[in-house]
This record gives sequence, C-alpha cells and structure tokens, in this order.
Amino acid sequence: MTEPAQPHAGGRPQVTPLGSDRLGELPPDHCSPVWPKAEPGALAGIRICDFTGQLAGAGATKILAALGAEVIRIEDPVRQGRWDILRGTQPFVDEHRGIEAGGSFNNHNAGKLGITLNLRDDRAKELLRDLIAVSDSVTENFAAGVMDRLGFGYEALRRIKPDIVYVSNCGFGADGPYASFRSWGPIAQAVSGLTFQSGLPDQPPAGWGYSFMDHTGAYYMAIAILMALYHRRRTGEGQWVDLACIEAAGTLHGAASLDFTVNARPARRSGMPNSNRSQSPTMAPHGIFACDGDDEWVAVAVRHDDDWQRFADVVGEPWAGDERWQRLSGRLAHEGELEQLVGDWTGSRSKHTVGRRLVEAGVPAAPVLRPSERIDGDPRTAEWGLWVTVPHSAVGDARVEGLPVRLSETDWAIGRGAPCLGEDNRYVFGAVLGRCDDEIAELEAEGVI
Amino acid sequence: MVALEASAPASRRPLDGLRVIELTSERCALAGKLLADMGADVIVVEPPGGSPMRAYEPFAGDEPDREQALWWWHYNTSKRSVVLDLDGAEGADDFRRLVSTADVVIEAEPLGRLAALGLDWSQLGGASSSTAAVPARPSTDAGGRNERLIWVSITHNGRERPDPPATDLTVLAEGGPVWSCGYDDHTIPPVRGGGNQGLQMACHYAVATLMAALMWREDSGRGQLIDVSMLAAANLTCEFATYFWLNQQVDVQRQTGRHALPQISEPTQVRCADDRWLNTGVPPRRGPEFAALSGWLAELGLASECPYTELLKLGESYEQIDILHLDADPLSAEVFGAGRDTINFLAERLGAHELFVGLQSIGLACGIVYSPEEMLADEHFVARGFPVEIDHDGTPVTYPGAPYRFSATPWRATRAPRLGEHQDLLAD
Repeated sequence: MTEPAQPHAGGRPQVTPLGSDRLGELPPDHCSPVWPKAEPGALAGIRICDFTGQLAGAGATKILAALGAEVIRIEDPVRQGRWDILRGTQPFVDEHRGIEAGGSFNNHNAGKLGITLNLRDDRAKELLRDLIAVSDSVTENFAAGVMDRLGFGYEALRRIKPDIVYVSNCGFGADGPYASFRSWGPIAQAVSGLTFQSGLPDQPPAGWGYSFMDHTGAYYMAIAILMALYHRRRTGEGQWVDLACIEAAGTLHGAASLDFTVNARPARRSGMPNSNRSQSPTMAPHGIFACDGDDEWVAVAVRHDDDWQRFADVVGEPWAGDERWQRLSGRLAHEGELEQLVGDWTGSRSKHTVGRRLVEAGVPAAPVLRPSERIDGDPRTAEWGLWVTVPHSAVGDARVEGLPVRLSETDWAIGRGAPCLGEDNRYVFGAVLGRCDDEIAELEAEGVI
Repeated sequence: MVALEASAPASRRPLDGLRVIELTSERCALAGKLLADMGADVIVVEPPGGSPMRAYEPFAGDEPDREQALWWWHYNTSKRSVVLDLDGAEGADDFRRLVSTADVVIEAEPLGRLAALGLDWSQLGGASSSTAAVPARPSTDAGGRNERLIWVSITHNGRERPDPPATDLTVLAEGGPVWSCGYDDHTIPPVRGGGNQGLQMACHYAVATLMAALMWREDSGRGQLIDVSMLAAANLTCEFATYFWLNQQVDVQRQTGRHALPQISEPTQVRCADDRWLNTGVPPRRGPEFAALSGWLAELGLASECPYTELLKLGESYEQIDILHLDADPLSAEVFGAGRDTINFLAERLGAHELFVGLQSIGLACGIVYSPEEMLADEHFVARGFPVEIDHDGTPVTYPGAPYRFSATPWRATRAPRLGEHQDLLAD
C-alpha cells in the first residue's frame, strides 16, 4: 500500500479513493477520477504499473483489479498495443473488429485502466518514471531482457522507487542456458511435462487443448505479486520475483516427479500416460465413457469398494454382481474388461441421467459439459455470478469471467470492460501524475502518448 | 547439480510469522503447501490414523506405509502435523485453542460437518460486534471468536450450494477443461489433463484471494470468510472455449495436442527420430526466419537432401507471410507450407532435444514434449536451481523446487511431517 491507512473502528474501514492521496498537490480540475469504484476491494490503495499482456500476464493483474487494485495498463501507441496479439484477434462480438474488439483481450483486461506511452521518446520515459514512483508494483511478461533494453530493468526500477515490487513472468525465466528461448502456453506445457502427462496409451500426447499454463502462470504471478507486496507492507522491503512459467508448471505433477526421484519409476513407461484412469490414488473404474448421442460423455470415479456397491446397485444388471468387481484389486486386475462393461452400460443412456443417478447414489460422476452447456445451460455458474456483463467503450456490453471466490467483507467486483487504447490517459497523466490538460494534448499531438 | 536451498541458513520469507491451520484434505493441501514453502507456520490437522492422502499410491520403495506416501510428501512440505479427533470434546477444544492463535484457517470439509461440531467460521471467526476495537494480532473476543481470522473454505461449488460427491476427474468434466482436451478422432474419449489440476486450480485462487484478504487485514484489523468454488475455478480455466462462447456463442472442438477451436487447425506436434514429440509452435513466417532455417540446414549438411530448399530461399524475401489469408495467395501458402515441411523433414532425422534446441537457437519458438522427470533433469532448469534436495532425516530427496524466485525472501521447503510429529504444540 502506498500509505498505511488508519484503521477505523466498526463498519467498513474508509479507504481513500483511487489516486486521491496525491490529489492535494494538484489543481482542482484534476480532482475527479473518471472511474471511481463503488466499493473499495481488498486491494484498494494498491497501484500496479502494468506491462503485462496475453493471458499469462494480463490474467494475473485482472485478478488484482477485481480485488480492488488500481491496475494501469501501459501500451505502445505506435503499434496500437498490438504487442498483445489478443487485442485484435477473434473471438469477436457481432460485427466488431479491430484492436478494441478482441474478445480474449477484453476478458483479460476488464477492470483495468489503459494508457499509452511511446517509450522511444524521452518524455514518455519521464512519464513512466513518474508513474513507477507512485506505484507499488511493476509487472510484465515480456521475453527475458526486454525491460532492460527499455531502460527499466530491476536496478533502474529500484533507483526510481527503492521498495518497488517487480514481477517478471516469462517461459524459461530470466537466466539460464535457455534464457533467450521463446515460449507461450503450449510450449510451456510441452517442456514442463504437462503435455506428456495428458493422454491415452498408444496415442500421441493429447496435452491441454488450450493454454492451461497461461491461466496457471497468471495464478502464480498473482500469488507472487501479493506475497511480495505483503512482505513489503510489513517490512518496507521490495524485491524482484523471477517467475519462469515452465518452472511453475514443473511443480504441478503431484506425486509423479517423486515417483521417479525416489523410486526410479519414470512417467515415460509402457502403458503410460493413461490420464483418464487414476493411478494415484488407485481407483477403478475411473474414466470417461461414451453416452447416447454425438460426442456425449460422462465421467465416473469409483473411489473405493463402497462406491462400487452403490454403482452396482444403480446399474442393476447381472454383470455388476460379478465377484471379481467387489474388491479394488479385482477391478484393477481386469480394468480393461470392466471399462468395456461400464461403457456398454452408459452408451445407450443420456450423460445427464447417468451423472445424476450416480451422484444421487453417492458416486462421483458428471457429464462432460460443452461450453454452451456449462456457461448458459448450467444454473450453478449463473447463480455464482461467474459471467459478468460489463460496459466496454467500443463494444458495448461485454461478457467476461468473474472470480471463483466470494469474500464476506471485501468481495470482488469488475466495474467496466477492458480499456480502449489510451482510454485513461487523461486521468492517469492528469489526476495521478499532475500534468495539465494542455500538456497532455501536446504529448498526444506529438505522439508521445 | 542440485541447489542446496533446503540446507542453506534460514533466511527470511514473505509469510514469516503467519500461522495457518489446515484441516487435511486433498482439496486444500496445495494451498497450505504454497503458504508453508513461503514461510507460514502451517499446522496440518490430521484425524486419528492420519490423512487419507497417507494411503495414496505410490509409496517410497513401494511399501504401503503412512509415512512413505509420495502424495503426502509432495503436497505437505514445510508443514507441521498434529492429530485431533474433532468428533471428541478434547479434540474440538484443542482445535478451538489452535484457531485462537491462528491468522488463517483452510478447510475443505464436507458442508455442514464443522458447523455441527460447533467449529465452523460462524462459530470461531468473524467480528461479533461492529463497534469492537481493532484487535492486535491474534485476539479473541469474549465469545471466543478470533476477529482477525481469515477462513478459507474450499467446496465443490461454494457454501450455499449442494455438495455432491466429486473428484478431480468429475470437476474437470463438468467444469469444462475435459471438453477441450483429447484427439482429432472424436470416437476416442476426451482426456483429463494429468496432475490433479481440478484440485489445484481452486487452491491457486484460494491463495491469491487469501493474500488480498491479508493485505486488507493489515489496515482494517479484520479477517473474513473466503468461499472458494472448485466448479467455478475449473470453469475459469478453459481459455478459448469460454471466450468463443461468451463472444460468439459457438462451441470449440478438441484437436490432438493443440488448441480446441471452432474450426480444425493444422497439427502442431511432430514425432522425432527418437520417438519423442515436439510442439512446433508457429512455423517460420518472416524472411529472416526462413534464412535462419536454411542456414541451419546447411550447417547440418542437409541442404541438398531437403526438397524444400528452393522454397525456403523464396521465403527469405517475405517481410511476413499473412497466414490468415493463405487461401487467396497460393504461392505464399506453398512457401509457408515449406517451412512446416522442413521442420517435419528435420524431425525424421534428429532427436527431439536436438531439434528443440536447434530451432529455438535460430529464433523459432517450439517445445520438446518432456516427461516430468526429463524436465527436472534438463540442464536449463538444473542451472537455475529448480530441482532441490530436501532432507529426509539424513537422506536427500530431489523435489521440483520453487514455482517463483523471490530475490529477497526466497522459497524454501522442508520435508512433510510425520503423523502427529508436532503434537507437543498442544501441550501449552
């Protein structure tokens, strides 16, 4: 936090409005932030100087923004912010196209402020220095070394603000033999072992059908920023966090890594991976089975012998009473045959019916839901408030993702859509950095912002 | 070879001084680990007989033994263990005492269980009066509540909704990830991504939110309840599947080893000469990339053998091939295809590691499909100190190390506790 606020007895603590701690130095016409938040979140008062893009970076600061931080996203006016390729790429709403219309971008940046800085110009660098001086954290997910080349590596940041929290996020990390290698989600997943661990025997790697490590890299980045800010809040000490997305991914294998380092049992072995089965802990049957209809599936996890009894009761056919299936050892010994029988039983039934009947009997089961089914067909996600409609200045109403958490005192909120290019220049350069309207107009005219 | 962080002199960590009580569960173990490895004093409460995770395969030496479960080892580093029977009066009392000394409770109990025992958030946490003075840490009011307590509850879909039987597999199936993972051939079942990600997603959100609540408590002096939905966390970890539906109301379809999209895309995985796979990323598009690929072919002595050499030469004249409009430009399509074919040509002749390092060294992003143990052994991650040795009573064991490198307050882990190893915590 920039200034430790005084705690207040009773009720909600009063948190100073965004940027207002510096407004005393400014003429009155700068004193109205264009975007006051209705409810101060848990991170009210935290300001992030944000260079992130794509999902691996922007996804992290989106979480912080939803929790109340003032996230100021910095983009290059010369390239129209296209370093972040998601700005102008599909999916699009209706007929909207171009750099304000990218649906993924508009999801990952909802709730943030947006400014432009042409860092080829010294006046833009001066503005950036001023912004860093009043920020709590600088965040980025460029390739290693880019911030140094811009003149804003960690040592330079520290000279501007000694207690800055600087968090960099790239695939291979800031140093090491592969520091120059480039990466994005699918590459991080491949190199870390995650792709390998997702698939069926005698098939190529199935991997993750999306950039799982962009999501998860963003989660680790958010955690890192907040842990470092918490440390600074209590000690006054800033630091640099070097987040290598592939290393974060390398911690996500559960017991598989130790099975090799302790037991010398590699994951690359005959019959593996087989990630629809459960080897750790062992369960059977455990898999995804075809149901009635085109590309319809149900997931079933029989955790133990009691689950099997319940499962067999629901099935109610003679084969389910076979002595071999009563104990886990028997089910594992003939797992392929058992899976065939289960698949024959599910194959003529609706995935919803199978899922519901098994859950009612106490057995973990669930239909494999399509996006349409889980977003607009599953009342549970709507009841949670998971899909949020926010106003976007160019697109109109935009549907974005919320958070899967609820806080009893300082719940999250997403007040608006992603910023259009330079949408908040006036507020940030004016109200936050104290530049007058004429100066801002001149900077704009000369391509500095 | 391996960084010795575990045996280095104790250094400061960002969560030093923070006490966390974790009720053991596979659903919240990672959350506790992330906090413990960064310095929090995480006390994991196990039932008599031990955490269910102590019975999960595989075991060290393949000997079923509650102290040898590798799952337990992995997810419970840096924690301390006490055994409490919450169903008994003594255990419940001990739990209340522990909570009164804590900053954070993390639990994933079946809904209603703790409330029935008088041990839930509503009974142990939360300010009892809106006019209460801001407490110093930790503090209990007259009713025995700890006003500074932050309570993290991880459930299937929040504390207000039904709590069906569920596992990692079923959460990933109904939460969306499974739909996007699998193969071009849709007669093959879609695939659960490995590594317990359905459990881990919720833990990641839990920890990020908890850290924000801790920041707020610094000023307000007050804790709060954080209600985490596993189903919602999975729904928010599906990338394009979600964005295509939210924006265009179209369902994506799964494709082998690459992004699920509304349309079918080109393959991005190639099997190399050593039978390992490479994710080829995006093949060359810019002139210098074609030039670099030609140069490397020549270096390898394969230029004359490669049937695409002439087309690569042509590629050198492009500033950037517009891959979105190849249909309208057959020559560009042929040149772009030659880049991809050249990578496939190389894959028939080189091992995956040589191809990976070679392509990356000339500026073409790609990734070898490593198994977890191969990643741990790779020279890059070894040089960065990612694999760490953790001491197990005199025997070093190699673990995946820090997910992030903090310059001033680095990650550090110690071995998971034995059952009830820290029972004497309850003595005073």
